[in-house]
Amino acid sequence: MSEPLLEVKDLSVSFATEDGTVRAVDGVSFGLERGKVLGIVGESGSGKSVTAMTLMGLTRGVNARFGGEVLYNGTNLLEVSDRAMQTYRGSELGMIFQDPMTSLNPVYRIGEQIVEAIRAHEKIGKAAARRRAIELLHQVGIPNPESRVDNFPHEFSGGMRQRAMIAIALSCNPSILIADEPTTALDVTIQAQIVDLISTLKDEFQSSVIFITHDLGVIAEIADEILVMYAGRVVEQGTKRDIFYDPQMPYTWGLLGSIPRLDRPRVKRLHTIKGMPPSLINPPEGCRFRPRCPHAFEKCAEEPVLESRVDAPGHLDRCWLTVDEKRARRDATISPTTEAA
Amino acid sequence: MSDTPLIEVRRVKKYFPIRAGILQREVARVHAVDDVSFAVHEGETLGLVGESGCGKSTLGRTIIRLYEPTAGEILFQGEHIEKLGRRRMRPLRREMQMVFQDPYASLNPRKRVGTIVSDPMRIHGLGDRASRKKQVEELLETVGLSPEHYNRFPHEFSGGQRQRIGLARALALRPKLIIADEPVSALDVSIQSQMLNLLEDLQDEFQLTYVFVAHDLGVVRHVSDRIAVMYLGKIVELAPADELYSRPIMPYTEALLSAVPIPDPDLAERRERIVLEGDVPSPINPPTGCRFHPRCRYATEICKTTEPPLVGYGNSHFAACHHPLNVGAATLATVGEPAPQQN
Repeated sequence: MSEPLLEVKDLSVSFATEDGTVRAVDGVSFGLERGKVLGIVGESGSGKSVTAMTLMGLTRGVNARFGGEVLYNGTNLLEVSDRAMQTYRGSELGMIFQDPMTSLNPVYRIGEQIVEAIRAHEKIGKAAARRRAIELLHQVGIPNPESRVDNFPHEFSGGMRQRAMIAIALSCNPSILIADEPTTALDVTIQAQIVDLISTLKDEFQSSVIFITHDLGVIAEIADEILVMYAGRVVEQGTKRDIFYDPQMPYTWGLLGSIPRLDRPRVKRLHTIKGMPPSLINPPEGCRFRPRCPHAFEKCAEEPVLESRVDAPGHLDRCWLTVDEKRARRDATISPTTEAA
Repeated sequence: MSDTPLIEVRRVKKYFPIRAGILQREVARVHAVDDVSFAVHEGETLGLVGESGCGKSTLGRTIIRLYEPTAGEILFQGEHIEKLGRRRMRPLRREMQMVFQDPYASLNPRKRVGTIVSDPMRIHGLGDRASRKKQVEELLETVGLSPEHYNRFPHEFSGGQRQRIGLARALALRPKLIIADEPVSALDVSIQSQMLNLLEDLQDEFQLTYVFVAHDLGVVRHVSDRIAVMYLGKIVELAPADELYSRPIMPYTEALLSAVPIPDPDLAERRERIVLEGDVPSPINPPTGCRFHPRCRYATEICKTTEPPLVGYGNSHFAACHHPLNVGAATLATVGEPAPQQN
């Protein structure tokens, strides 16, 4: 195994609010290797976006408290000053956000916004930066980049705006690209285009990607490694094959069983995970998934650690059931009975 | 199938004018829904799918006259409703209700849940205050909330719970038809599956008919009996749900299906993906001929000039294409019966 490019060790992020301390991210660790795609899956409030934004230094604020380390090339990014963080942001770590409608400035031309990003990090003339911007638009697949560069965001469709966002994120050749739900607001046909684009550009720019989504289908296409997050914690971690073909955590089964799948016959009833995700001000004692878990038993009152329980290195989970119990029980959840013809 | 469809739409068009200049003259039109016909029977679920901007939401709203159709006929239980005035329309509104996409925008933040759900009954003059309250409490239970929620405000609820409130409001008048416009697309997967199951339970309990508008093909297949695929204001394919997925005829449907990501890495790698180039063209100046031809990999000369009619291929499967896929020669020979002014 090569040295990871980015190493996150026991990261925790909490925010002081009027109602109490929200522990948004609680003890998250992972490594990201060069050229790999790490997928983070979870529902709203699982802490996946806060994790990503913290890596970018975007969650800093008077009410935020951090713990653990984010090591990039040996530097702990959590301890870097705000000013120094700006040199990392953009040039070392690039980010694409979910909503291409609101993350571009509507009163500046697309080209100006790309040029601004380039010139913030490199000493380069305006004309040269503009040529780079056109080249970037070409690389992200915008037709007629020479004229499109002078368009305003409202003249672009949703998919094109997301492409422009990707151009900005890649403008300074970052070694890590963080994509936070980049395709959620897009139609499936455009989503397929953007997912393809991100994986080609990853190779072209030799970047690593952290891809955050709630869509297991997208993750199955793009990720190498996967983290499943729930209530601020990683509940399962492993390679793509581990997670899809040998999932150990009942929450992962629940997610897999909840999607109406096109690759299988129609099911009579979808599996549901009962209840709602817990509040992160007062998370449940013990296993955080316990209140919603149909397999919970007494031992779950004690919190399981994230550790390897199966015979696959790097496949970690937080569940007290034995591996045999899990393998025997999970299919009922993952593949609910199909409709009789 | 039984006699009269619950709702029938014949050659409906909805154009939105674009006005400009001091005189606000009409300079162009958005062809949001362009000559669409179909029928939905009682107890059935019709799914409407397509990319954003294909007119599926506009169609959903036009059916129940939240928009005035530009042309065409709408029949509800065999009765023409496209020209009914406000007053004559009102009693019919009880029979057709709507569930909206955004659970944050579709509930008035200043009203309590009780008021939100009971307002439709008050407006239609049903029951007195006490009986309405009792009904609201029952409705809240039916949709999986608790009667104690009566006095709460929408902001106290999560997205999934709000969507349940919207559903309770839609059910308050015991409608026959519910137009659900992307009712689950704003929800997390685990909550989405709860909602889909609830919609199915309610359909059985109240004998509801759904027109289910969504862009997620997995969700649509799960809930629908029949599915209409829309592209730029037209229905390009209409078929029973399983038939559509196993044997798409229109290349657009094929491409849409192949773009849906599949949560199975091996399968995802093996299958052939058709990535459509470019975006949906503007509905202001839709392409000539078949509207899909600029993005279609099978397009030929005829597709640029002649618009293909929606014709039947048997098994209640209709499609509009010059180069139909998955159709044997035997079926092709029978094609020609013109399609849905059906039933």
